[in-house]
Amino acid sequence: MILIHCPYCDEKRPELEFTYAGEAHIARPADPSTLSDEEWERYLFIRANPKGRHNERWRHSFGCGRFFNAVRDTVTDKFETTYKAGEPRK
Amino acid sequence: MSGFRMDQGGRVDRGARVNFTFDGKPYQGFAGDTLASALLAAGVTLFGRSFKYHRPRGIMGAGVEEPNALISVDRGGGRFTPNLRATQIEIYEGLNAKSQNRWPSLKRDFGAINDRLGRFFPAGFYNKTFMWPRSFWEKLYEPAIRRMAGLGDAPSEVDPDHYDAGYAHCELLIVGAGPAGIDAALEASGSNARVILIDEQDELGGGALADPSLWPWLERSVKALQAAPNITILTRTTAFGYFHDNFIGAVERITDHLAEPGHGPREKLWKIRAAEVILAQGAIERPLVFEGNDVPGVMLASAARVFALRHGVAVGKNVAVMAAHDSGWKDALALAKAGVGIAAIIDVRDAVDAGLVAEAEAKDIPIYLNYSVIGVNGRHHVKSAQICSNDEYLGGRIACDALLMAGGWTPSIHLWSHSKGSIAWSEDWGAFLPDKPNENVRCVGACGGTFSFGKGVNLGQLPTPKDPATIKAFLDFQNDVTAKDIALAVREGYHSVEHIKRYTTNGMATDQGKTSNLNALQLASGFLDRPIEKIGLTTFRPPYTPQSFGAFAGHAKDALFIATRKSPIDSWAGEQGAVYEPVAQWRRARYFPRSGEDMHAAVNRECLAVRNGVGIFDASTLGKIEVVGPDAAEFLNRMYTNPWKQLEPGRCRYGLLLREDGFITDDGVSARLAPDRFHLTTTTGGAARVLNMMEDYLQTEWPDLNVWLTSITEQWAVIALQGPKARDVIAPFVEGIDLSPEAFPHMAVREGMICGVPTRLFRVSFTGELGYEINVPAAYGRAVWEVLWDAGEAHGITPYGTETMHVLRAEKGFIIVGQDTDGTLTPYDAGLAWAVGKKKADFVGKRSLARPDIVAEGRKQLVGLLTDDPNEVLEEGAQIVADPNQPVPMTMLGHVTSSYWSATLGRSIAIAMVAGGQGRMGETLHIPMPGRTIAAKVTAMVFYDAEGVRVNG
Repeated sequence: MILIHCPYCDEKRPELEFTYAGEAHIARPADPSTLSDEEWERYLFIRANPKGRHNERWRHSFGCGRFFNAVRDTVTDKFETTYKAGEPRK
Repeated sequence: MSGFRMDQGGRVDRGARVNFTFDGKPYQGFAGDTLASALLAAGVTLFGRSFKYHRPRGIMGAGVEEPNALISVDRGGGRFTPNLRATQIEIYEGLNAKSQNRWPSLKRDFGAINDRLGRFFPAGFYNKTFMWPRSFWEKLYEPAIRRMAGLGDAPSEVDPDHYDAGYAHCELLIVGAGPAGIDAALEASGSNARVILIDEQDELGGGALADPSLWPWLERSVKALQAAPNITILTRTTAFGYFHDNFIGAVERITDHLAEPGHGPREKLWKIRAAEVILAQGAIERPLVFEGNDVPGVMLASAARVFALRHGVAVGKNVAVMAAHDSGWKDALALAKAGVGIAAIIDVRDAVDAGLVAEAEAKDIPIYLNYSVIGVNGRHHVKSAQICSNDEYLGGRIACDALLMAGGWTPSIHLWSHSKGSIAWSEDWGAFLPDKPNENVRCVGACGGTFSFGKGVNLGQLPTPKDPATIKAFLDFQNDVTAKDIALAVREGYHSVEHIKRYTTNGMATDQGKTSNLNALQLASGFLDRPIEKIGLTTFRPPYTPQSFGAFAGHAKDALFIATRKSPIDSWAGEQGAVYEPVAQWRRARYFPRSGEDMHAAVNRECLAVRNGVGIFDASTLGKIEVVGPDAAEFLNRMYTNPWKQLEPGRCRYGLLLREDGFITDDGVSARLAPDRFHLTTTTGGAARVLNMMEDYLQTEWPDLNVWLTSITEQWAVIALQGPKARDVIAPFVEGIDLSPEAFPHMAVREGMICGVPTRLFRVSFTGELGYEINVPAAYGRAVWEVLWDAGEAHGITPYGTETMHVLRAEKGFIIVGQDTDGTLTPYDAGLAWAVGKKKADFVGKRSLARPDIVAEGRKQLVGLLTDDPNEVLEEGAQIVADPNQPVPMTMLGHVTSSYWSATLGRSIAIAMVAGGQGRMGETLHIPMPGRTIAAKVTAMVFYDAEGVRVNG
C-alpha cells in the first residue's frame, strides 16, 4: 500500500485514504459553447496516458477532502511529488 | 537408536511423548517434532502421491521448501486444513493428519496407472488432448482430470475459527531469525528504534537450529533479544508479501500447534509498515536432476542434517550422498559424526576441496569423484543407487536406504523480488542475488549472498548414458515436471522463460518453484544455448507460502463483511414484519406483508392505500447535501440543468444533474431555505458520488465561489406521508406553518415544528398524490413516526415500502436514475427536456448536448409500454424488437427498464428504453421471451393522472 503525501495536511498517509481523480491540468473551458466539436472532444475524452511520468489528480477523500495534484510514474507506481491544486504543473 | 530415532542429540524433548495419527494409524513422537520428523523416526517413508503421475513421494526438504509431503489436518468441527507441509506441522497430542491425492490408500493408489502411461502425459498434454469436442470439456474431461490430478480437498464445513488483524509500525523490520537476522536484531537492540523480528518457525535460530555448535550463542542471543525493550519477536509468523513503501504482510499462526484450539484467534494478519527492512531469509538447497530423484528416501542433504541434528532422527541407517557442492560433504560429515552410517559420497565434480576429501577418508567413507547417480532402485523407499562415472560410463550399484542431494543453494529472494528490487546472476551461487533495491531494504546472510556454503558446480541435470527421452528426472516435484518437459517446450518453440514456465507448469505449484526454478532455468539455458542471465527469472509474486482465506478475511465476515446502514425508523419496520431489501449500503423496508400476503398482494394493498387514503414511508435514506454561502445559487445554477437563481426561498425544484459528457448522473428535489442556503436531495445510492462531484468543481474549477457543501444525509430522518388524507394526519402536530394549499402549495418548503421538534417540511410528491416529506433531526425520527402512525390509524394509515414506492412513481412516469437510465441517456432521451434551462449560457454537460452523436436521430429514448394483454407483466431487462419474425440475430431496439402490475389501473405498466422511442408513439413492438413473443404498444410515460391534479389534494 502506497503512502501519499497530502500537500494540505502535509503528511504521508496510506493510499486507502485517497481516491484517484484522473489526469491533472485539464481546465474546464471558460465558455464551452464557443468550442468546436473537435475541441470539446479533446477536453472531454483525450488523455495523455503516458508510460512513465504522469501529472494526475488525487483527493484526500478520507482525510481533509481536498483535491490536489501529483506526479506519479505509471511504470514504477512511485510518487515523485504532490502539490496543491492551482499550482503550476510540475 | 530405536528405529530411526537417535538416542541423543537434537532439540526434541524425549521426556514429552506426543500421540498422533497419520492416515488413521497411531504414532508417537516427542515435543519439538514436526509431523515429518516424527514419522521418519517411525520409519515412514511414503507421505503422498504426486500431482500428475501419482508417484509415491516421501520427504524432500525439512521446512518451507517441501514440495511432496502435503498433508491435510482435520481437527473436527469444521477445522480442516489441506495442503500443509509435513515439515512445518508441529505435532500435538491428538493430531489427526492425512495424506492426499490417493485412492483408495496411500500404498495402493489407483491413479498410479498414470505413471506407467507417463509417455502419454508430456508437457502441454491437457491443452493438446482435451480440446475436442469442446462440449466434453466441462462435463467429462475437466471433472475427471480434477479427480485424478489434485491437491487436498477443500474444506466442506464453515470454519468456526476467527481471525485477527492488526497494523504495526516500526523503524526496522527483520524478516528471518537465522544467524544473520539475529545479528541484525542484536545490533539494533537497546536503541530507540522499534524493531520487529519475525520468523516462520516455532523458535528463533533458522539454520543454527541444525548446528549444535551454535546453540550456546543462540541461547545467549535469544535471551538478549527477549530482554531488549525495543524488540518485538513474532515466531510462527510468515512474511508472505512485500508491498509498496515498505508495507509487509505477515500471518502469525496462533493456535494451529496447540492440542486445544482454544478461544483465541487462529491466525493474525499483521500489516507492518517499516522505515527500513532487513531480509534475512536464508537460502534453500537445490535438488539434483537424475532419474529416480523422487523415490521416497531421496532428499536434500540439508534436510537430513536438520532431521538428525535438530530432531534427533536419522533419515536412514546407510545413507549415500550425491553432491555437486561442498555443503553436501559437510552435511555428510556432520551426519557421520552424529552416528549416521554414510554409504558413500558421490560427487559430479572431478576435484573437490582436499580437506573435505581427507576428512571423509578419515571416516572410511567411500568416495566417487566425477560420478553421477543415474538411477534409484526402490519404489516406496530407496534400496540402492545406480552410479556411473561421467567420462567412461562405468558404474555400479551402491546399497543405501536414503540418498541425499546437494545441488547448491538458492538465496531466497522472494520478498526482495516482491519489492521490485533488481537481481543479478551469480556464477558462484548458480543463482540470482539481490542487486539494486527499490525500497529502503537490504538483504543479509545467505539470502543476500553474503554468507557462503562453499563451492559447487552449476548444472541442469546430472550426466547419464541413458536416452534422456526415456527417463523421468524431476525438476518440479509438486507439479511433476521433468527435464524432458523443458526440452519438449523448447523444441516446440517456447523460448521465453515465462512461456516455458506456463507451458510446462514448472514453478507454478503451491511452492512457487522454491526448489525447481533454478534447475529448470539451467536446463532451459542449455537447450536454448543462451546464457542464463539473458533468460532471466520468472517473477515471484505474493504470497511466499499459501495463506488461509480466513487470515485475509479477518473480522470482515457475516454481519461485519460490509456495513449495513439503517435509518432511525428501520427498527420500527422490523417490528412490523417488514421484508427488507438492500439499496446501496442501506437496508430498506421493501413491503409490509400482512399475514397470508405475498409481495404482490401486499404491494397492491399498499398502492391502493396511498391512492385512496394515506401511506407512510421511510425516505430517510435519500442523500441530502446542504449548500450554503453567498454564491450557493450561482453554484447550483452551474451544476444542474435547471435554473436556480430565480427560485424563491421557500420553494422547491426538481434538479437534474449531468456529467460533463451530457449524460444523466443524478436527480432530486431541492429546496431553497434562504437566499444563501439550499437543502439538496440526491438518489439514495448517489449521495457520495454527487458530493464528490460538486466538491471537485467547487475546489478545482470555481475556487472563487464562496460556497460550503455539507453532507446531511444522516442528520435528518425523512418521513413521507402521501395520499389524499396526508394533510389531515399531520395538521394537529404542526406548529408555525400554515398548511392551507394557498399558503403552502405543492413544491414548497417551510421550517417550523412538528410534534414539538424542528422540521423542514417539504410539500413534495414522488407518488403523484398530495404529500409531505417531513424532515426531522434523526434522533427524533422514530418518535415522530410513531406519533403520526398512531394518529393516522383513524385515517387508515398504511406503511409502505420501496416496492410500492416504485410502482407509484412508475404510474406517474417518474424515472429512477440508475434503473431507467444507464449512463447513456441525456435529458432529451429521458423525456426531461423541460428540466433543461433553455436560456442558461452554461451548466455541467450543456456543451455535450450539442455533440453530433447526441443530436443524431435514432437514439434510445425512454417511453411507456402497455402490453396488448393487460395481465402480462413484462420482465425487467427483456429485449425489445420491431419484427418478431426476423431471423436470429434480431435487431434489438432496446430493453424494458421498469415493469409492474398497477393495482390502481388494473393492468400492467412498463417503462422502456427504445431506439427512436419518442417517434414510435402508438407503434406495436415485440418482446421475445423463451417460447413466445409478447406484443406491447409504445405510449407516453405517464400512466395515471396525466393532468397532475391529484398533487393539489
